[in-house]
Amino acid sequence: MNSDASTASTMTPPLRTARNGEALSLADVPLMTMDNFRRAVLNACSAEVRLAALTVLPGLEAGRILLAVLADDRRRLLGLLCAAVPLDNRYPALTPDLVQAQGFEREILEEHGILPEGHPWPKPLRRHSDLEGGSHAPRGPDPYPFFRVEGPGIHEVAVGPVHAGIIEPGHFRFQCHGETVLHLEIQLGYQHRGAEALLLRSQPARRLAIAETIAGDTSVGHALAYSMALEALAGAAPPRQAEVLRGIALELERLANHVGDLGALCNDVGYLPGASWFGRLRGEFLNLSLEICGSRFGRGLVIPGGVRFDLPSAVRDSFLVRLNAADVDLLHIADVVFQTPAVVSRFEGTGVVTAALAETLGLVGVAARASGCDRDVRRDHPVGIFRQTSIEPAAASSGGVMARAQIRRREAEFSIAFVREQVAALPDGARSVALAGARPHALAVVLVEGWRGEIVHVAATDDMGRLVTYKVVDPSFHNWLGLAMAMRGGQISDFPLCNKSFNLSYAGHDL
Amino acid sequence: MGVTILHLSLLLALPPLLVGIIARTKAWFAGRKGAPLWQPYLDLWKLLHKGAVYSRTTTWLFRAGPIVSLAAALAAGLLTPLGAASSPLGFSGDVILFAYLLGLGRFFTMAAALDTGSSFEGMGASREAAFASLAEPALFLVLAIVCVPAGTASFAEAWASPWQTWGPAHPALPAAAVALFGVLLAENSRIPVDDPTTHLELTMIHEVMVLDHGGPDLAFVLYGSAVKLFLFASLLVHMVLPVPPAGGALGAGVFVAGAAAVAVLVGIVESVTVRIRLLRVPQFLVGASVIAALGLAVLLYRGTP
Repeated sequence: MNSDASTASTMTPPLRTARNGEALSLADVPLMTMDNFRRAVLNACSAEVRLAALTVLPGLEAGRILLAVLADDRRRLLGLLCAAVPLDNRYPALTPDLVQAQGFEREILEEHGILPEGHPWPKPLRRHSDLEGGSHAPRGPDPYPFFRVEGPGIHEVAVGPVHAGIIEPGHFRFQCHGETVLHLEIQLGYQHRGAEALLLRSQPARRLAIAETIAGDTSVGHALAYSMALEALAGAAPPRQAEVLRGIALELERLANHVGDLGALCNDVGYLPGASWFGRLRGEFLNLSLEICGSRFGRGLVIPGGVRFDLPSAVRDSFLVRLNAADVDLLHIADVVFQTPAVVSRFEGTGVVTAALAETLGLVGVAARASGCDRDVRRDHPVGIFRQTSIEPAAASSGGVMARAQIRRREAEFSIAFVREQVAALPDGARSVALAGARPHALAVVLVEGWRGEIVHVAATDDMGRLVTYKVVDPSFHNWLGLAMAMRGGQISDFPLCNKSFNLSYAGHDL
Repeated sequence: MGVTILHLSLLLALPPLLVGIIARTKAWFAGRKGAPLWQPYLDLWKLLHKGAVYSRTTTWLFRAGPIVSLAAALAAGLLTPLGAASSPLGFSGDVILFAYLLGLGRFFTMAAALDTGSSFEGMGASREAAFASLAEPALFLVLAIVCVPAGTASFAEAWASPWQTWGPAHPALPAAAVALFGVLLAENSRIPVDDPTTHLELTMIHEVMVLDHGGPDLAFVLYGSAVKLFLFASLLVHMVLPVPPAGGALGAGVFVAGAAAVAVLVGIVESVTVRIRLLRVPQFLVGASVIAALGLAVLLYRGTP
């Protein structure tokens, strides 16, 4: 953890290491040749290091640079690798050797026109909806082909983008033999709002609202990542009370979503008691957020520099009483659900992702931990209050719906204990500090463990200290492929349950 | 004449009430107040006043589906007594016609589903066909249990016998009742076989076949499903309750109370258990057949009491 030498053995120099939430000067990140860059990324990722982000930045001089953010969870370090993009805008793709890069490289082709040569499926990631005349639409007889399985008895099922429930749009193309799914391809992009570009284009005062709506169910997570990025660029640190309240808000968001998901899982197998009790409890946790900041989804609480609201000592007691009551109910219903054999038999063995596969795909968050990948940003790259909290990430290994449900249950239990402890010991003092302007030519990388998993924000400034690049990686970006793989060989009738157990964000992926 | 009018009014008016009772039971278990018992009637009224949209790729089969399946269910309802000693169209052999009228309705529902050319509906039709072929043996074994002691294949005569000739202690009767309840759940797309309230097309069996119907067609589909549920409930009531053979007001009262109790039972099952994996549905149905077959074997071995 503290030795740069040990890092060097897995992360070949010249590699710039950083801590979560630290800003670097762009000039300090060495530029590599594309060959060395590729070799360094592949070397690192073969040794328990993940690709957390891969994006394109404007270079210090002319030209663009390719930036890879590597997360070394064991040594608690981030590695930054940069290479100049060749003038012909082509480079040998990482994807054939590093599956985790597939989405990033499709995005780079689509957004920046840089071709990763040798990418096995360079289909547009989001912009297929521009097919009717959009300038980004690729030309050709079938610019958006789906992977097809052919043979006797094979049939294709197309679901969405308009769904029966009130959910987000996404298109799912199943290749089936009878009830068995041979392959699932997920086509997203229907929610593409240009969030990153919008963020750069907007008045600074509006940017926080945009960050909060990158994925509406992760308002606190994305607002926190955005605020931390600005603080890093300005070299500011939020006051202690703000750090505690941010931790509380993040865990309340996790609680509401995990408990809501457990209810939705029960609903999908038709288990009425679980669906109704968990559903009510979700409301309890949302209302605790309401108590703090006036928004059930934690909007407006986290701001760059600190938090906007606090929890006055007069209401802390009633807050804790409500939290404890919800805790008792949660324990009770979770016991009932997880001890009902009919529920367990539906959850177990459905939608299994093995540990090796999860590692290959670079899954994060709940889905990764359910498959036995021990990673949690709160422990591995801690910031704020999590530096002073001992966190044992929830663990499971079976990798199926059951494991993902159990992870949610355990994390909910941890979050309740955490919130109880932090509210009881909430310090007083300033809520926020004023931010100075951002440093010029700086680069900040921020990781936050949102309720779904790792949120990455990468921000870079120009010579005047203005934001020129803002890259957002929602956990869903990594995990959608996990859902597709989890369905292989499974039953098509189990898809909704499996989908719910991942519960990924369309908006977070589509940005 | 009065008997026929009573029969027709029960058959036409009661079915949606059972659906309302099931929904209310589930609401009670979920800690909700729930919709009023007559909500299904309001839904049907609403749907009947809507227009319908038809895909250009569908043919007359698509429009015939809801009408034929409702007509078949209502015709089947004329064969089985509803709390009385006889039924309007009962004859010797009506149990066979009853089963195949329901089969005819199912065939047209499946044909209408296939007519849309949608992959969802084709999937639903394939599931329905597979599971119906497994539910049918169970139904016939149950019918055999009630018909063998009476020495007849007529509902009216079979229902006259259980409580007069068997006594409640005969083991074949509970076996038939359990198997029939299983068939009722499967045939009416209830949990644990299907989930009638889900919106997840990929998991549906029956509901996915009728996704493309709207307005009055959907009203016919929903009403037809309610009638089918009501008919299975009526078989169960006659099998396990001492409905006075003389019928009349007392017979109708006992019958209605029994049908409501069946609806409550369905609601309880839906409230406390989950939907089984689709691959397990055949096991559930074969299980029902095995229980009925055991009952029939006992009956044949020990003879009619």
